[in-house]
Amino acid sequence: MNTNTDIIIAILATAVTGGTPILYAALGEILAERAGVLNLGVEGMMLVGAVSGFIMALHMSNPWAGLLMAMLAGGAMALIHAFLTITLKANQVVSGLALTLFGTGLAGYIGKSYVGVRLQDSFRAVPIPVLSDIPVIGPVLFSHDPLVYLAYFVVPALWFLVFRTRAGLNLRAVGENPAAADSVGISVFRTRYLYVILGGMLAGIGGAYLSLHYVPVWVENMTAGRGWIAVALVIFATWNPANAIWGAYLFGGLDALGLRLQTLNVTVSPYFLKMLPYIFTVLVLILVTRRNMLHRIGSPKALGIPYDREER
Amino acid sequence: MIIHGTRLAIEKRLIPSSSAFIVIPFISIFLALLVGSVFLYFSGHEPAAVYLKMFKGAFGSRYGITETVVKAIPLTILGLGVALAFRMQLWNIGGEGQLYMGAFAATWVALTFPAGSAWWVMPAMILLGMLAGGLWALLTAVPRALWGVNEIITTLMLNYVAIFWVDYLVYGPWKDPAGFNFPLTAVFSEAATLPGLFDSRIHAGLFFGVAAAVILYMVIYHTRWGYEIRVTGENPAAARYAGMNTTRNILLVMMLSGALCGLAGMCEVSGIGHRLQHGLSPGYGYTAIIVAWLSRLNPFAVIPVAILFGGLQVGGFMVQTSGIPSSMVYMLQGLLLFFVLGGELLTGYRLTRLPAAGEAIK
Amino acid sequence: MSVPLLVEMVGITKKFPGVTANDRVDFNVREGEIHVLLGENGSGKSTLMSVLSGLYRPDEGEILINGRKRNLRSPRDAIKTGIGMVHQHFKLIESFSVAENVILGGDGTPLVLNKKDIENNLAQLSERYGLSINISAMVWQLSVGEKQRVEIIKMLYRGSQVLVLDEPTAILTPREAEELFENLRRMAAAGRGIVLITHKLNEVIAIADRVTVLRRGKAVATLDKKEINRRDLAWLMVGQDVVFQSRKKNPPGSEKVLELQNVNCHSDLGLSGLTDINFSVYKGEIFGIAGVAGNGQRELAEVVTGLRPVNGGKLLINGKDVTGLSPRRIMDHGVAHVPEDRLGTGLIPNLNAIDNLIIKDYRRELLRRGPLINRRTARINAQRLTDRFEVSLRSLEAPVKLMSGGNLQRLLLAREITSQPHLLIAVYPVRGLDIKATKAVHDLLLEQREQGMAILLISEDLEEIFKLSDRIGVLCGGRLAGIIPAEAADVEEIGLLMMGSDKAGDTAS
Repeated sequence: MNTNTDIIIAILATAVTGGTPILYAALGEILAERAGVLNLGVEGMMLVGAVSGFIMALHMSNPWAGLLMAMLAGGAMALIHAFLTITLKANQVVSGLALTLFGTGLAGYIGKSYVGVRLQDSFRAVPIPVLSDIPVIGPVLFSHDPLVYLAYFVVPALWFLVFRTRAGLNLRAVGENPAAADSVGISVFRTRYLYVILGGMLAGIGGAYLSLHYVPVWVENMTAGRGWIAVALVIFATWNPANAIWGAYLFGGLDALGLRLQTLNVTVSPYFLKMLPYIFTVLVLILVTRRNMLHRIGSPKALGIPYDREER
Repeated sequence: MIIHGTRLAIEKRLIPSSSAFIVIPFISIFLALLVGSVFLYFSGHEPAAVYLKMFKGAFGSRYGITETVVKAIPLTILGLGVALAFRMQLWNIGGEGQLYMGAFAATWVALTFPAGSAWWVMPAMILLGMLAGGLWALLTAVPRALWGVNEIITTLMLNYVAIFWVDYLVYGPWKDPAGFNFPLTAVFSEAATLPGLFDSRIHAGLFFGVAAAVILYMVIYHTRWGYEIRVTGENPAAARYAGMNTTRNILLVMMLSGALCGLAGMCEVSGIGHRLQHGLSPGYGYTAIIVAWLSRLNPFAVIPVAILFGGLQVGGFMVQTSGIPSSMVYMLQGLLLFFVLGGELLTGYRLTRLPAAGEAIK
Repeated sequence: MSVPLLVEMVGITKKFPGVTANDRVDFNVREGEIHVLLGENGSGKSTLMSVLSGLYRPDEGEILINGRKRNLRSPRDAIKTGIGMVHQHFKLIESFSVAENVILGGDGTPLVLNKKDIENNLAQLSERYGLSINISAMVWQLSVGEKQRVEIIKMLYRGSQVLVLDEPTAILTPREAEELFENLRRMAAAGRGIVLITHKLNEVIAIADRVTVLRRGKAVATLDKKEINRRDLAWLMVGQDVVFQSRKKNPPGSEKVLELQNVNCHSDLGLSGLTDINFSVYKGEIFGIAGVAGNGQRELAEVVTGLRPVNGGKLLINGKDVTGLSPRRIMDHGVAHVPEDRLGTGLIPNLNAIDNLIIKDYRRELLRRGPLINRRTARINAQRLTDRFEVSLRSLEAPVKLMSGGNLQRLLLAREITSQPHLLIAVYPVRGLDIKATKAVHDLLLEQREQGMAILLISEDLEEIFKLSDRIGVLCGGRLAGIIPAEAADVEEIGLLMMGSDKAGDTAS
């Protein structure tokens, strides 16, 4: 087999796994933003999900238990943000930043005694029979752990939810014009709470993916800014779950590329390679924002604005 | 602000009272400590003792107080820079990166002219530090001004780039050959070092902080440009109508904001570390965001809040010996912010006096 | 009463901070009738209907629907009991299609959406009531009259028994208003109850079976069709006789203050906003621009103030070419602007009165001390202005968002008029103001006209246009359909011009 092809396949495969945590987090944030709530606490929610999932999986010797815990933890964190921004109508930007700060601290605090511990019962790669034997596509798409496969279903499911169901119509209405939604009896409150919490659960899964499979060791701050890349990815995907998937894999690929180039003795300082995903995010964001401006595609119109029914 | 009236009622407040602005922060601090104590308790520590140790550590000794001030200096300067940007609804999350770039530029001067005299080396470091920070912010300000590109994400991304850039330098070309392979540069010359004060680690950056607060206050409330910033931040449409050049103001404000953050970076390398090193900032840029917000963007309020957070950091460091991780400080900061955000709503609902229906005020 | 009551509201009271919007109001609707709710702005009619439609909870009183006492806790409850409200400000989602808007939140809406089925059903529904609309169009593409039809279909889709329309003709041409009334009569004949909220007397006369008059939160009287006449209604609404007087008109003078030559500009969507606009405004005259909102009024105001670029043609102020200059430069040429949204482009809600008043002058000598602002002078100035223009406020330091609409407008006018402009552009100046405030504003404008100011008045209210203008221009589809001296104008002709029907009109400038 041609070793160059091998390398490319390896990079692509790592792109998928590298992109998966970002994908989950971005999907969650898409839901929240579609409802009109900006949640910048993704990084914090992912970390709390990662640490709580790790600890649970360690004690129960079962990664699935960890996953469940991560979902609950992420959802609980999101609940704080939801309460502050929806019920108390606080500034969404600052609340999200506070959540990231709190989450980062909380994760570090809880995980203190677990730093460096390796999880034996992590998610392992489960190649799908037959499909994983297809040349190229097999190893890239079908030789991964269950959470990657789960994502393959979650993405179209969420797309269907948002664009083809009544619930999705309600969701989008709340994000575009909450007063209009309210006037036809849709509960803006409940809708926003629901999708913000759901978003937190997905972020928790994204974080858990890191601690339960990708690097099954707990390290403080192990998300390393992935939460923020997920926030950027939402804009990149124009708030459409279907677009999020390949954007996430693209970022994952950059990460992977960086690591591979190191092993290929490319004489570029590893620090420049580390910079790549972040610089790339900025450039992409600029391009996408300009495109959105030209084509009049925009964010949900009520994004970031608290809803007050008795406003006079 | 006076409320005239004849009736007492618990209703939605029309004008928040000024006392709320003082009381709410204190209640928030108390509540944050309360919730924090729950976590402490459940991990086997005695909250009251821990808090006491933190307070003593930060303010109870000469060493503690000076360390608190040392931390308060960059927090003040950064807080001022961030608050300025926030006033125009420009969410500059890139203080950390702008700090690093300021540190980098100042270091370049110090390392390139090790024999230079203080008369020009120090001013050059200050100038280039501010310039570097300002330009780093400008990189995100231009897309924001021209195309509305979300500055929260761009400034944040550039933080990582700046940190890795400094890492590259200190692990690579600028690594001190006499440094035992640690990621740091050679020590700065006397000329490039900010003089110390009070026979402690506190350095002349203290004056920068205070001066910056005064200058910024004057600018925001008493100059025409400051007026433009306030108007634009509140209502870009009205600003446009009044003929204010919003694009120019976005660029200027971000540059000034970044310049202040860069100045903080210069202070850190010149006044504290006396060299450029990995991990030069324990997240000051992020903490400064909270400082700015808690100060309600008022330049003078930034100073006491910065001291509070400096103390928090020092206290948190002190209790590490009791087995409490430094991340608890972040937790407390996050909690504090939560309660302040929540408390803001309360200023809108209070026991208040309302004018009777139909009463006209002349 | 032998005719069944669809809705009965008894003793409704609703209070907001500082004001009682409804004070023990009784109101009912019979099956098959069109019941008009009449009152000036601020009388409480919108609030009353907001209570009925579940948006607000009453502090006191009860509501009976079909004879049963109901507790309406939300719009959803109201819709379930058969109350359908069509708001003045449409609650439509611009980026959705008509179909999506109609089915949103409806009980009959399926869990999984099948576009074709839904659109077919809705097309049938709208045809049944003669409401023509393109079901699959995006709402942002529709005209105002069409959007209103969508709101009505929304209610019919939900099986509403009672339809409440809030100032529906405010944004319609006279012809569209006629169509609407026909549709309403049809629905009433089919057994529905219709409530029409308005402040226009002629609409009451045209369509009401009964009318209830509200004034300052109280229900003053309920009249049957045969008891209705203009004089009585006006008296009930305002509490005093309103004399319909016309003022002396000024003939166009000789000094041109504003001149537009072949002006074209784009609208926000990149389409044509204004086409070939030619007219002038002279010193000491009020030039009124009539037209249904959305026909270029905003673009015209923005072009003349420099907020919108001109795509061909020239703009002249006092004979000087100012085409393409920035808003600030044009302001320096003596142009003042009272914009559509007071608390938007006009005043800044969170800043106080002093800060708001200096927004045009802060660069001028009087207020500066080098790069600084002379705050003491600014304060003295502000005190002087608020006294002279009788702006009542709690304190000069309080944020202006707390002021009432009338006072805000006075503050705005104070600021604009004291800069002694040659030209004042007033856009919908009395929108949302009560009768007293409206009179005050009109008096101010006429006073300035007497002193030689040129005023460009843009308004949707034909009565206002007729009352104040010396000459009237009609804006339709971005073009000036005609320019007529006020004495020679009549409502029907103006209405036709607003609708776009071509009269061999004069293009005299």
